[in-house]
Amino acid sequence: MDKVTRLVSEKGIVIFSKSSCCMCYAVIILFKELGVKPLVHEIDEDPEGREIEKALMRLGCNAPVPAVFIGGTLVGSTNEVMSLHLKGSLTPLLQPYKSP
Amino acid sequence: MNSPSAQFVTSRRMGVYDPIHQMSMWGENFKSNSNLNSPASLIVEDVKLDSQSEDASHGISGPSNQYDQEATKPVDKAQRRLAQNREAARKSRLRKKAYVQQLETSRLKLIQLEHELECARHQGSYIGGGLDAIHPGFPGAVNPGITTFEIEYGNWVEEQNRQICDLRNALNAHVTDMELRMLVENCRNHYFELFRMKETAAKADVFYVTSGMWKTSAERFFSWIGGIRPSELLKVLGPQLNPMTEQQSAKVVVLRDACLQAEDALWQGMERLQQTLAETVAASQLIEGSYIPQMAPAMKKLEALVEFVNEADHIREEALEQMFHILTIRQAARGLLALGEYFQRFRALSKLWATRSHEPA
Repeated sequence: MDKVTRLVSEKGIVIFSKSSCCMCYAVIILFKELGVKPLVHEIDEDPEGREIEKALMRLGCNAPVPAVFIGGTLVGSTNEVMSLHLKGSLTPLLQPYKSP
Repeated sequence: MNSPSAQFVTSRRMGVYDPIHQMSMWGENFKSNSNLNSPASLIVEDVKLDSQSEDASHGISGPSNQYDQEATKPVDKAQRRLAQNREAARKSRLRKKAYVQQLETSRLKLIQLEHELECARHQGSYIGGGLDAIHPGFPGAVNPGITTFEIEYGNWVEEQNRQICDLRNALNAHVTDMELRMLVENCRNHYFELFRMKETAAKADVFYVTSGMWKTSAERFFSWIGGIRPSELLKVLGPQLNPMTEQQSAKVVVLRDACLQAEDALWQGMERLQQTLAETVAASQLIEGSYIPQMAPAMKKLEALVEFVNEADHIREEALEQMFHILTIRQAARGLLALGEYFQRFRALSKLWATRSHEPA
């Protein structure tokens, strides 16, 4: 949990992913299309990946990946991200982190 | 010499024009022509049959031990011929037995297929998977989850047609907003019900959903991850919604852009899935005559496809939901009518196409 907290405070937009997960790839592509560069953490390439996975599940995620954090707060997985975006609420959230 | 047996298989008359003999010869031709495997080791040698065969061929080839002068030569030849006949008869019996067993298996399979066809005719048109069905051990069983979906979808379309009529009548009759609201709510829930049904069907057979086989042919042309493209949905609704306020127009534009971005991202994920699946399958090797042991990672990828189908439907659902937020009730009613009629026209087009004349012009 500490590692998760530490990682999500490192950068504005943090996405936990697995290198084999194509849905994670889709979410990362979306964020890039929206003009931001998320910090992607591939937990299957992290020796502490198991603990991170458990921590993410404890935070309430159905699937551990993709897990999107903005400004240190858990936004959710693919469903939540897509809903937010179609509601028009995602872009304002990303505004502070857009590269000029 | 021979005991006439009631059983077809064990009948032992060995005359030249014996129908069973003929059949076994035919069976041999049948076998060599169709490349069926005859089970190699299942026939146990029957000694009793062998001796009868010897008697039979003895009868055919004539008594050969009557001429003592040329005792050695003709006896040798005769012995050899006897042995050859025995061998030929034995082989013939084996072939016949194998052939009859194949017939029995085929007969059973035919009965089963006819039964399934009957079931499918009553319940819908889905019989598990085309080529998948022609596989030993996989008799192409009907997938109950999909059969259920087919029936439910048929009912769904009927209800949809009724709702479209209601909307049309209501808009023409200039009913109150209150009455319209009820109709719009019904329509909205009806669409959401379809998404629930599709979610269940995707769990049963995701390829059935992505193939679009549950839709009519012309609709299938536009299939994008198991349904209509969300942005296309909005495009169809659009013209029907005018006049719109500037605020509304702007919101619809933003929504449509968001849809396109979401679609693009999802599609790239799908392409990656295809690519990695292809790589996984290409790297598979035969292990002891089977690819199956190496297929675990490939199976995981196929399961990921279910997520993509669900996500695509989620985007469709959310796009509709957002439109309901942006529009007034009357606009929503007009939009739903337009959407419903759009699908109706495609279904009509598919029907027309299916019944078109195949005569050359």
